[in-house]
Amino acid sequence: MRRLARRVKVRRQPQNPFSTMEDRHMKRVVTAKSWSPYLVGAGIGMHSWFAFLSADHPLGITTAMEHTAALAEQAVVPSLEENNKYFEQESPKIGWQWMLVLGVFIGGLVSSLASGDRNAPAVPPLWHQRFGPSKTKRFVAAFIGGVLLLLGARIAQGCTSGHGISGTLQLAASSWLFTAIIFATGIATAFTLYGREGRNHV
Amino acid sequence: MFDPFWKLALGLFTGILFGVLLQKGRVAKYQVILGQFLLKDWTVVKIMGTAVVVGAIGIYALLPTEAVSLHLKPLDWGRIVTGGLLFGVGMAVLGYCPGTGVAACGEGRKDAMIGLVGMLTGAGLYVAAFPSIDNFLQRFGSAGKITLASVTGTSPWLWIGGLIALGLVGILMFGHERPKQVSAKRKRPHQVTG
Repeated sequence: MRRLARRVKVRRQPQNPFSTMEDRHMKRVVTAKSWSPYLVGAGIGMHSWFAFLSADHPLGITTAMEHTAALAEQAVVPSLEENNKYFEQESPKIGWQWMLVLGVFIGGLVSSLASGDRNAPAVPPLWHQRFGPSKTKRFVAAFIGGVLLLLGARIAQGCTSGHGISGTLQLAASSWLFTAIIFATGIATAFTLYGREGRNHV
Repeated sequence: MFDPFWKLALGLFTGILFGVLLQKGRVAKYQVILGQFLLKDWTVVKIMGTAVVVGAIGIYALLPTEAVSLHLKPLDWGRIVTGGLLFGVGMAVLGYCPGTGVAACGEGRKDAMIGLVGMLTGAGLYVAAFPSIDNFLQRFGSAGKITLASVTGTSPWLWIGGLIALGLVGILMFGHERPKQVSAKRKRPHQVTG
């Protein structure tokens, strides 16, 4: 009882006027390394309401990357614009979605700085265990993975965000098929790379 | 080439919130994505599942008010199947998807940064090869912009209700399980998590 009383007393006399219990609770939320996946999921769901309401646009990432690449190619090879019907159908631009991608980077930066969650090695332990410590090997694979990922995303016209979340929540048949295929191939690829043994190193 | 300023600012704000959610959700991490594909860590399914159920309820509830409109991608068979196959392989090799990869760059992950260079290269290849890719993929036909509800002639709320029920069953059956890597980490405290 005495200990409880002492604790209550300490809480009643905050060290500075701004460090109320609510403030400290908010601080813990910000500095937490992770939130409940259900909470994050509900947050992303409500966030997509916001995106639809405010910008009339689903959350998506890869169109902006496609536009960035198209603008770069347009600048380096101006003749491409006449020979490639891509530029007849699309007008690449720096828009809402481009800033969304920049924002995702800033959000990841701010959130990881707040929680000190920034000490990830260049070679993830699971990869290290299976393919060795070589950074070059991991970086080459990451590059190839990135190429395949974006080729796939642009061919299918969406990614995990555009199809997997924004598309499936609209009940789009294309998005449900895409999501089923990426999970099936992702699982098959992961088991091919790591085998059942890999599960012990996740 | 540029959207008006308010729209750029709105995009930035929306992105920052999205990036924080992805980082706090731990999906900007290689071992979480691979853990999902190895059927060990169900964080990705939990987040995507909840996002889809909550998102669908809001969007379909707002639809009659005309405050929102649907943005459906057409079911072009060649595009969805080919793209999905490439994407699934790429995601398992890279260990991030495009959105979580960008958030992972913010987290300071070097392999994600190399992956982002690869992504921009892939996007560039797509644009450069667009005429031949498009010609080839159009052969497989398209079912158009259809939803699960429209193609079956049912109410979308039937599907959303089904998703809610599926989610509740999932939470009741598996929701109490802590990610298994927590115990694995305790067993090997010297191991650095990626």
